[in-house]
Order: sequence, then C-alpha cells, then structure tokens
Amino acid sequence: MDVISGLWQGFAVALAPVNLMWCFVGVFLGTVVGILPGLGPAATIAMLLPLTYRMDPSGAIIMLAGIYYGAKYGGSTTAILLNVPGESASVVTCLDGYQMARKGRAGAALGIAAIASFVAGTAGVLGLMLIAPPIAKFALSFSSPEYFALMALGLALVSLLAGHSYLKALLAMLVGLWIASMGTDLFSSTSRFTFGQMQLLDGIEFVVVAIGIFAIGEVLATVESPGDAQTLPVPKGLRNLLPTVQDLKDCRFAFANGSIVGFLIGVLPGAGSTIASFISYGIEKAVSKHPEKFGTGVVEGVAAPEGANNAETGGALVPLLTLGIPGSGTTAILLAALVLWGFKPGPLLIADNPSLFWGLVASMYVGNVMLLVLNLPLVPLFAQILRLPPFVLMPGILGVCLVGVLSAGGGLFDAGLLVLFGVLGYAMRKLDYPTAPLVLGVVLGDSMERALRQSLMMSQGELSILVSRPISAVMLCLAAVILFLPVIKRFNRWRTQAIDTSGDA
Amino acid sequence: MKQGDFWSGLALAVLGGGIVFAASGWDYLTPEGPGAGFFPLWYGIAMLIVALLLAAQSLRGGTAHPSQAFSAGQRRALAVIVALAITVALLKPIGFTVAFGLLTLFLVRYLYQRTWGVAAGSAVALSAGFYLVFVFALGVELPAGPLGF
Repeated sequence: MDVISGLWQGFAVALAPVNLMWCFVGVFLGTVVGILPGLGPAATIAMLLPLTYRMDPSGAIIMLAGIYYGAKYGGSTTAILLNVPGESASVVTCLDGYQMARKGRAGAALGIAAIASFVAGTAGVLGLMLIAPPIAKFALSFSSPEYFALMALGLALVSLLAGHSYLKALLAMLVGLWIASMGTDLFSSTSRFTFGQMQLLDGIEFVVVAIGIFAIGEVLATVESPGDAQTLPVPKGLRNLLPTVQDLKDCRFAFANGSIVGFLIGVLPGAGSTIASFISYGIEKAVSKHPEKFGTGVVEGVAAPEGANNAETGGALVPLLTLGIPGSGTTAILLAALVLWGFKPGPLLIADNPSLFWGLVASMYVGNVMLLVLNLPLVPLFAQILRLPPFVLMPGILGVCLVGVLSAGGGLFDAGLLVLFGVLGYAMRKLDYPTAPLVLGVVLGDSMERALRQSLMMSQGELSILVSRPISAVMLCLAAVILFLPVIKRFNRWRTQAIDTSGDA
Repeated sequence: MKQGDFWSGLALAVLGGGIVFAASGWDYLTPEGPGAGFFPLWYGIAMLIVALLLAAQSLRGGTAHPSQAFSAGQRRALAVIVALAITVALLKPIGFTVAFGLLTLFLVRYLYQRTWGVAAGSAVALSAGFYLVFVFALGVELPAGPLGF
C-alpha cells in the first residue's frame, strides 16, 4: 500500500465522527494534563488505559496518542506563565518563555509556542508516515536473534540516556526485567518469584506497575510542596496572542531546527523530548546572531525547543509501530495498550492493520490542527486550570488511579500492589533513579527472554547464533559499546591521571 | 558518602543475590534449550555487580552525612501513602465510594488544612462524581459496601 492510498484510508478512519470525538477528547485531556504540573502524559495514559479495553482499538489509540502529543502543547503554557514546566520536556521553554511573559509578551510567547508545536508536530507526523513503512518492510527479515539484539540495544540506549546516573538507570532496568519475569514461565511451567502468592502466578499486570510508578509516584512527589500557583496574566483576545511578522521571521530557522532535531532524536530510543528540546535550543543559540540574548526572552528560544518537543512524538512512534520497541515510558504504555487490544506490535503491524496505522497518522494531522485552535484562542481559558485547587486535584488523581487498577480486573490484591509501586516510584524520584528504564524493562522483559530462549533453541544452545547473523551482531556490538563506554571512559581517566602522577614524580 | 546511593545499592545487591540464589534452583539448560533459570541468573548477576559498583562509588569522595530525619514534605508524602493503604484495606468492607470519600476527607482536612465544611463538601462531591462517571455512566464494576455502593 503506497503512502497516498494509505493516507486516504487513514483519513476515512480519522474523520469518522466517533474517531474525531476521541481525537478531540485525547488532545483536550492532553492539553489539560500538560498544563497541570505534577501529572504527565505517561501517568494519564496509564490511568485511562483500563477504560479503553472495551473501546474500538482505532478510536482508543487515536485518543491515547492525542493525550501524548496534546500534553506537549499544554506543557508550554505552564512554563511560560508560571516558570514551572508542565511536563519535563518544557524545562527549556521556561528559559525564554517566562522572560517574555515577564516583559509583557506572554501572548506572543504562547502564540509562537503553539505555532512551533503545530509546524514541527506536523513535520514529525510527515516523517513518521514516510519512514515507518520502509523500516517495517526491512524488519520483516528479523528473527528471534535480531529481536533480542534490538531489545538489548534499546535497553542499553535507554539506560545510557535516561537520568543522571548510568548505574542507577541500569539498575532500574534490571529491576524491570525482574518484575517482568514474575509468574509462571510459559516454556517450563515453573513458578518464578511468586512468593507463595497465587495471584502472582499470572505475573504482575503492567497497568499496575505503570500507574503506581508514574501516577502515584508523581502525586507523592507533588504533595511534598503544597501551595497554590501564582501565574502571570494571559492577554485577552486572539490578536494579542498572535506573534508579529518579525517574530515569525525570526523563528524560520527555529521551526526547521525543531522539526528535524525533534524527529531524529525521537527515533532514538531513550533520548526523549527533554533531550530533543535541549539540543534544539543549543543549536538555535549556536547559530544565532545574538546568542547573548538567549535566556532574556527571545522568541526563537521558545520556538526551537517547543518545536523539537512536538516533532519528537512522530519520531518516537517509528520504533514503536515498526519494531514493537518503545523508547520511553509513555511509548512503553502505548505498546502495552496495543498488546492488550490484541495486536502484535512489530513489522507486520502496519501491513496487517493498515486502518490502525494510517488512521493514527491521519488523526495526528487532524489533532495538530485541533491543538492549534485549542491553544491559540482558548489558551486564557486553559490557563484557568492552573487555578484548580490542589486539594481537589490530588484526591481526584488518586481516585482515578484506584479505579484504573480495579477496572482492569485486578481486584484488591492489585490495588495493594499499586500502593507498593507508588512507594517505589516515589523512592526512585527521591533517590534520583530514572523511572523510564524500569517501565521499559517490565514491558520488554518477557519478549526479550522469549527471543533469547527461542534463539538458543534454534541453535541448540549455541550462543554464537547471536553474533553470527550480521544484523544482530552489529546491534549487539553497539549495545556492548554503549554498556561499556562509561567504563572505558573511566578507565581512560584513571590511566591519564596515573601517567600525569608518574610524570610529576 | 551519598547515603541514599549506598543504601539503595546495598539493598539492590541483596535483591540481585536473592535472584541469583532463586534462579540457581531452576533449570539452567534443558535438552530443549535454556531453562527457567537461564535469564534470571544472568540479570541477577548483572544486578549484583552493578549495585555493588553503585554502593562502592557512593563511598568514594566527600564526607559522611548524618542520616536526616523525615522532612515536612516527606511526612506529607508518607501520610498520603498510609491513607492510600488504609483506603485499599477498606475497599472490601465499606466499598469504593465510601472509602474514597474518607480518603478525600482526610487529605483535604489534614494535608491541605481546609475547614471541616470544605473537606466534607469535597469528599461528598468527589465520591458522588466518581460514582456517577465510572459506575453509572461507564459501567465500571467497583467494590460495593453494605449500602450497595
């Protein structure tokens, strides 16, 4: 199926009234959670996932993806008006966005953030549409060894790029693998790590882990510092929200920079939109004629990171929809959603379910237009969300978490596990352990073990099968380099220090 | 020394050791291929090594800080954890709607220091809202108490 006919079919799905409604619900909810500090898209998607079990999968993925990219639009509003990122990728937007707002240019900052998000978000979908089908076709030749190598490479990259400490990211990922192997081993029917609990024989529901780690963990971290937010005023009227022609001229390169950097970083597992927005901001500053003005409220300083943040979504969906490998916590939950709805994420997903893939792509074009409309004239209305008292919001989030787990059919045992994982998520935040590698370990652990064992069954126990096939050999070598790079760098530092010391002596 | 890194590294090293111990009790290789203990053994060993490295790294450099008591913020988080755990325990005897109402009442009154009136109003409004949206409109089955909700 070529791109044009695929897109035609996709728009037929996306423009169906019910799917338009789910798209609107998704982008609306996304904007709301993006604006609210302390509640990210990963937590929201995890909480709402159980409610989608009975939905049509096309409508459900359209809604969940809407939350994912909608949150990125909303995140900028909080960053600009409050100097607090609504979600982590909006950290850089605070630098110039808040300064613009303090100088009375909040409207222009919000406007340029929405326009950059629209331009780059649309470019990201374009990239996804053009690149995903050929990658899926290429990956059709993959067998178990290649899949194992790919997952090992993905986890290695995520561990390298997530968080400040490489060792902690690795440990989080290994704990995720441990959680994934709880329950009955399907190859040998051996019960593993069930601690004598019958309820653990089927393993731990992914939804429980995701809601506990992301949503409860975030709530606990948020309640530590109470207090109502003080926002800067938003100018009324659409005219005051539109950037000037000079602003748009100044942002020409920023739009392109954000689109390209965001998409490319998005394809890379583990890097994520926060890194994309930082790199894009760095490039913008490096090529600017007035780099010294960055941080004082320049419009490019808002456009570049906001663009990259939104283009990243299209890139992040490429490995998820073509290889079944998520690169972040949020895409890990989307992968779990696809599995729960009965799909087999991987190279055949697009060929076997064209209406799902193309419907999603088309809905993202539609959703970006909806978001531009929501975030330009209606931004003063959305800013009112920041006045929602936390004493109503926090119990509400806890309630949705409980309903999410109970409606997934887990019962009281899973509700108890939810509290445990909430404590784990909170402890990880306090001890500076990144949460994404753990969630990715949980999602990929089972498939990774299966791929490894199937590979070794194919070769009658010979580990050489993993390195005798060119694609898996290259990916495993890359994974090994990534895993040992910090060790090599540290060894080199010791070596040079030792040479210097002996030279001094 | 970074206390958090040291103790979390040590705890994870114990977990890694436990995983290796458990995995060594399962088949490593069978005539059909790798057994149930194959994968856990390797990630258990990796966890043990990495966790010990983290603990060792935390010992190098800096001076030891005395362990800090819980801060006010951490006490608030702890209160929410305990309240949530009690809510989960109460789900079966009194049902979701009442248990969630009590959780809201506690959080609004004690955590956010609002008046009893505001706390009770929030508890009733949120519980009723949840019942209407999830049970009545969406048909989600939630644990019911003696009163039928």
